[in-house]
Amino acid sequence: MPDLGKYADAVLSAYAASLVLLVALVLVTLWRGRKVRREMENLQSRIKRNG
Amino acid sequence: MSIWEYANPKKFLATTERVMPTLWISSAALISVGLVWGFFFTPDDYRQGSTVKIIFLHVPSALMAINAWFMMLVTSLVWVIRRHHVSALAARAAAPVGVVMTLIALVTGAIWGQPMWGTWWAWDPRLTSFLVLFLFYLGYIALWEAIDNPDTAADLTSILCLVGSVFAVLSRYAVNFWNQGLHQGASLSLDKEENVADVFSNPLYVCMAGFVLLFIALVFYRTGTEIRARRIKALIARERLEA
Repeated sequence: MPDLGKYADAVLSAYAASLVLLVALVLVTLWRGRKVRREMENLQSRIKRNG
Repeated sequence: MSIWEYANPKKFLATTERVMPTLWISSAALISVGLVWGFFFTPDDYRQGSTVKIIFLHVPSALMAINAWFMMLVTSLVWVIRRHHVSALAARAAAPVGVVMTLIALVTGAIWGQPMWGTWWAWDPRLTSFLVLFLFYLGYIALWEAIDNPDTAADLTSILCLVGSVFAVLSRYAVNFWNQGLHQGASLSLDKEENVADVFSNPLYVCMAGFVLLFIALVFYRTGTEIRARRIKALIARERLEA
């Protein structure tokens, strides 16, 4: 860990806030993508079943 | 081969799904390398101390905040002129990515500003234009959600995107237009005197490349999701008509 001196709080909080936002963005994107894909597959198989 | 082939949703999905793994892996690798390099292996700045390490997140996110809006502008214009649905959905898909990038730029800027300027916020031209850009992003997302008819929503959001482009330009060039305020000039410049030192600019370029690839990956993935969501609506509507 580098010596961040008196600005350690500022630097670490900037990194923490940014990484939390980036990871949340990626996770929400993947979660919604999978949910919609599942819905689509269920709907298509239902339509196929019902002719 | 023409770029307009990708206006076909099936062609768009098939192509983007092929490149997605490469995009995810390369963006994660570049961001990781850039941040580790910048955080652990760069010295403190002689004036700003260790806060200079915030540059590796602040500049790439600010870059993408502005460029995401320009990408939305181009795809919105394609929708308005050529009525390609994939184009409108790509603009919709990019907005949440752009809003997060703008938020990261604002938050890291405030955290950086406090020890350097003695204040979290100032009504400086660049800061203010970025805040307005953030509000435009929120308005753009809200407008898409508020209108049921997707074509009408795409038309109105395209107009909003065109208007908001003024603030995207201002965000980029505010420091040049008004030679005042707390915010410094551009960190990266062709002018050797103005450009940040190589020891900082090299990891910064790696981070910027990583953010660009992450943006492309997220927009491709989210556009695919929007295409599927619209297809679900169409199938449900057809089912109801047939019932």
